[in-house]
Amino acid sequence: MSNSPAKLRAPLKLARGLGSAKFGAEHWWSMRITSVALVILTIWFVGGVIGHLGADHAQFVAWLKSPICAAMMALTAAVTFHHAEHGLQVVIEDYVHCEALKIAALLANKLVNYGLAAACVISVVKVSLGA
Amino acid sequence: MANGNSRPLSPHLQIYRWQWTMALSILHRASGVALSVGTLLLTAWLVAAAVGPEAFAKVQGFIGSPLGLLMLFGWTFALFYHLSAGIRHLVWDAGYGFDLPSAEKGAYIVIGASLILTVATWVVGLSVW
Repeated sequence: MSNSPAKLRAPLKLARGLGSAKFGAEHWWSMRITSVALVILTIWFVGGVIGHLGADHAQFVAWLKSPICAAMMALTAAVTFHHAEHGLQVVIEDYVHCEALKIAALLANKLVNYGLAAACVISVVKVSLGA
Repeated sequence: MANGNSRPLSPHLQIYRWQWTMALSILHRASGVALSVGTLLLTAWLVAAAVGPEAFAKVQGFIGSPLGLLMLFGWTFALFYHLSAGIRHLVWDAGYGFDLPSAEKGAYIVIGASLILTVATWVVGLSVW
């Protein structure tokens, strides 16, 4: 029987730092929390969109002047992009097998989603507080 | 398929007969990706509102165009499908409905609910537009 270090290494050593051994539970739980929040936010959002189909700018601004509506819209955007980023992360991890490409795609995913989230939230704040 | 060691791999998709539960699972992921792309429209809408009346009118005009309406319709279905299927997942997460008859019943409910909600939303939407 060989005493080489590789043979003495427990399988756990090979799993640590890979796959769900990193942040699996946190990721899973975060998806659940955001999905429950999105059930409420989505229903509000669809209702709001139906109420403002074909609205002109003044009507739209008047809608978001309400702090509650502005908060709901900002939350809808923020939670949606958080949920989308986490969801797309899993899709990328499932289908992109080249490590370098995968890391690049995961970084791009974060950049695009949090960038769009920031653009949405700042726009809502500007419309709600602006002239 | 090589996986870098001698461990066995489970057979891939083409081995299995198509089933409702399987189609719904795939559609859940596909609708999630489609909705992620759809968030670009949400961003355009909100940013245009922040930029000013002219930009906002442009985006509203695009949404009202035939292409815009088609995208919005597809997005509505993807949204209600992902919402219904997502609730089904939350029920599973709570520990209910894992047996096959329940899983199939859930699949029919999800399809029915997403179709009905999509049509209802458009009936209401077009009548108030």
